[in-house]
Amino acid sequence: MSFRQIQERSVKYVLAGAASTSIVIVALIFLFLFREALPFAKDPGLGALVGSRWMPKSFQGAGYGLLPLITGSALVTVLATLIAIPFGVCGAVYIAEVAGPREREILKPFIELVAAIPSVVLGFFGLIVLAPIIKSAFGLMSGMTALTGAVLLALMAVPTIISISEDAIRSVPRAYKEASLALGANRIQTIFKVVVPAAMSGIIASIMLGMGRVVGETMAVIMVTGNAAKVTLSPFEPVRTMTATIAAEMGEVPFGTAHYRALFWIGIALLIATFFINLVALRVLKSYRRA
Amino acid sequence: MKKAETEMYSHNLRTTVFCVLVSIAVLGCGPKQTSTGDTQGASATGGEISIKGSDTMVHVVTAWADAFMKKRSDIKISVTGGGSGTGVAALLNGTTDVCASSRDLSEEEKKAGESQGLKLSVTIVARDALSIVVHPSNPVNELTLEQIERIYTGAITNWSEVGGANESIVVTSRESSSGTYMFFLEHVLRKKDYTQNALLLPATSAIVQSVSDSSSAIGYVGLGYVHEAGAKLKSVGVKATPDAPAVMPTTETVLSGAYSISRPLLLVVAKEATGPVKDFLDFCVSDEGQAIVEESGYVKVQ
Amino acid sequence: MGTLKERAAFIGLRIITYVLVSIVGYIILDIVVRGAGVISWSFLTTYPNPDGTGGIFPAIVGTFYLVMGTILVALPLGMASAVYLTEYAKQGLLTNQIRLAIVTLAGVPSIVFGLFGLGLFVLFLDFGTSVLAGSLTLACMILPTIIVSSEEALRAVPQSLREASLALGATKWETIRKSVLPYAIPGMMTGSILGVGRAAGETAPILLTVAAFFLPQLPRSIFDQAMALPYHLYVLATQFPNAEAVRPTQYGTALVLLLLVLGLNIGAIMVRMHFRKRNRW
Repeated sequence: MSFRQIQERSVKYVLAGAASTSIVIVALIFLFLFREALPFAKDPGLGALVGSRWMPKSFQGAGYGLLPLITGSALVTVLATLIAIPFGVCGAVYIAEVAGPREREILKPFIELVAAIPSVVLGFFGLIVLAPIIKSAFGLMSGMTALTGAVLLALMAVPTIISISEDAIRSVPRAYKEASLALGANRIQTIFKVVVPAAMSGIIASIMLGMGRVVGETMAVIMVTGNAAKVTLSPFEPVRTMTATIAAEMGEVPFGTAHYRALFWIGIALLIATFFINLVALRVLKSYRRA
Repeated sequence: MKKAETEMYSHNLRTTVFCVLVSIAVLGCGPKQTSTGDTQGASATGGEISIKGSDTMVHVVTAWADAFMKKRSDIKISVTGGGSGTGVAALLNGTTDVCASSRDLSEEEKKAGESQGLKLSVTIVARDALSIVVHPSNPVNELTLEQIERIYTGAITNWSEVGGANESIVVTSRESSSGTYMFFLEHVLRKKDYTQNALLLPATSAIVQSVSDSSSAIGYVGLGYVHEAGAKLKSVGVKATPDAPAVMPTTETVLSGAYSISRPLLLVVAKEATGPVKDFLDFCVSDEGQAIVEESGYVKVQ
Repeated sequence: MGTLKERAAFIGLRIITYVLVSIVGYIILDIVVRGAGVISWSFLTTYPNPDGTGGIFPAIVGTFYLVMGTILVALPLGMASAVYLTEYAKQGLLTNQIRLAIVTLAGVPSIVFGLFGLGLFVLFLDFGTSVLAGSLTLACMILPTIIVSSEEALRAVPQSLREASLALGATKWETIRKSVLPYAIPGMMTGSILGVGRAAGETAPILLTVAAFFLPQLPRSIFDQAMALPYHLYVLATQFPNAEAVRPTQYGTALVLLLLVLGLNIGAIMVRMHFRKRNRW
């Protein structure tokens, strides 16, 4: 074997090795989350995670029930998605179908830039400006509510929704539109009866990817949702999300305790939730791209 | 495609790769040497002191460290928070020289120290008193300890039950990771659980903001912060029993022991303090150190 | 054309879009207007005071170290992965696994990266809460961003360039090195800058792996804790009781962070546009 061949081959193996680190990292993430979490299954037992009392520091017996945290995350996520959908979908339709070319060239990068705003900056804005607005707008006792967090998170989901939906809408074949217009439908009928339905799976995928981002978001919610660990479905009540619980409590929990391990279980629950949301979204996206 | 362009690019590429490699070498090798020097430097006999622990105390400890380093330029002090528990653990592991704690050491911590042959020595350097605060427009001026307990455990949910307006009470508390949360839980709630409706706020500032914004909120904040918040908050008098007189939180009532919701702030060392560490501890309890305590919003020890 | 109903619908869409744009604009403007007065040379170059006022120098330096460390780890790995995936990988089990892993990584919540970094780097490998642990954690987080955009850049290089080089007798690696990479590097840089932007702005991972609550000194080695801009903003916004006195510092820090991250992103976009114009085939 010549030097060249050896070089060629070793380069290939080195690159393959580098590419495999992603697999290694994913494996390590699962390994280390479970490594820190598993002893909890022995003491106090996984049954302790079921329940509606999250009270890890208590003299009455610590409560590790995940229910309030899960409902908290779910409530904020659903609200954020509901707020984000009209803005995201209408924005995408407008940018793709209505806006002029120059307007589009400014709007799209601008919206994508929003995705880059650090969540701690949004949280800060929410704490100082948005919470008082929500409090007075709805006549509440406190501006620290699920709704406040949801509004901030909707802002983080919108760029994802617009970006992917707009691509989906623009990749609807011209022939569809032309056929519809030729049949006498006006532009708005064409957009909402032909183009949007044709791009629907792309739009749904974009909404799900946005949700995936919202579920995992930490800093914006920890600063504005009030963090009360109770089961509620009202948008005007404070809630404690899973992400905020990890961030708020991990700092001071003694390592190796049941509380510490419970926080790793929350991490596992989050990882699994986002994994499935993203997986389904990508499946939808893939099937639609093939079609 | 021009050849010169390609060459320029590959030249750039080579330069980039070279820079990356050099940086790796620098970052990879350099720090190792400094880091070994570092761990040795952290010992109490050197010119460096590391202090770790309570987030409540970070501000006052940093202020002490600042003032002390101005007097003694040969000594460097690093201050990190993380919580009393983290600080004690670091002290036991030998990764910090001094631990700042806003609570007494637990029995387990004392035992763990003994089993490692450490002589934990505790110095009370300040006292922290918690004011119970409400909105200035709230007609309630005093509460008994039991009423506070019942509000925070969720047994009382309306101000009318304690002589106020017919409004439901918004209970605000510090995050559960805070030493203040634990202190309040143990000494005011007498170990009963907080109500699940309590807003757990990341810091005192958030409590101040919530209470000053809402006519129906109640919160607890350190004595010093009440002065800073000025007219935005109102402290209520605390009655030990329904018949006892209401005591307002002031430096005098805390020092005399008449005001009951207060706790000591401690600095803990793992062995007999000597050299710079001893000098620093002495400085904290000196008149100058205690003046800093008052500036920071706590109550001095004497 | 243009019935009343149609007009109204278009106007409705436009209003919704511009409401969104103005909300975002308002947020940015609020921070720019209230932060601009705070930023001064001394704000950027002095140390913070114990009461939360003062400068943010150590946080800037900490973020710089973190970002450098992250890039040093993530860039070579990400670029090499992308080269392998576009130039070498054949459809197969390994390739599919790698792709699944990248997609999974991209979706992992940042706080979970924090837990992972805490478990692996801080505790298991015993780096302690340190710049090293934080950089490695952030590197894992931005790896997918770098891989995906580097792949795009490599794919954009026309196949004919590769064929020409191979036909002249160059080996595969020589072809990649001399004919493909030089043209893909700008695109790869774009992705890296976007990754850096994300690493610079994230708080949750460093919360558990690097951050010092208050450390008025610079890290002296990669095994030291450090302050960082996003975490410093969180601390300023939530931990100081004298809200009015700290408010200017909060806005100043928020603006510096915003400018840094948006600047990096706009930079990435400009790099991309510049080279798109140049590399027309």
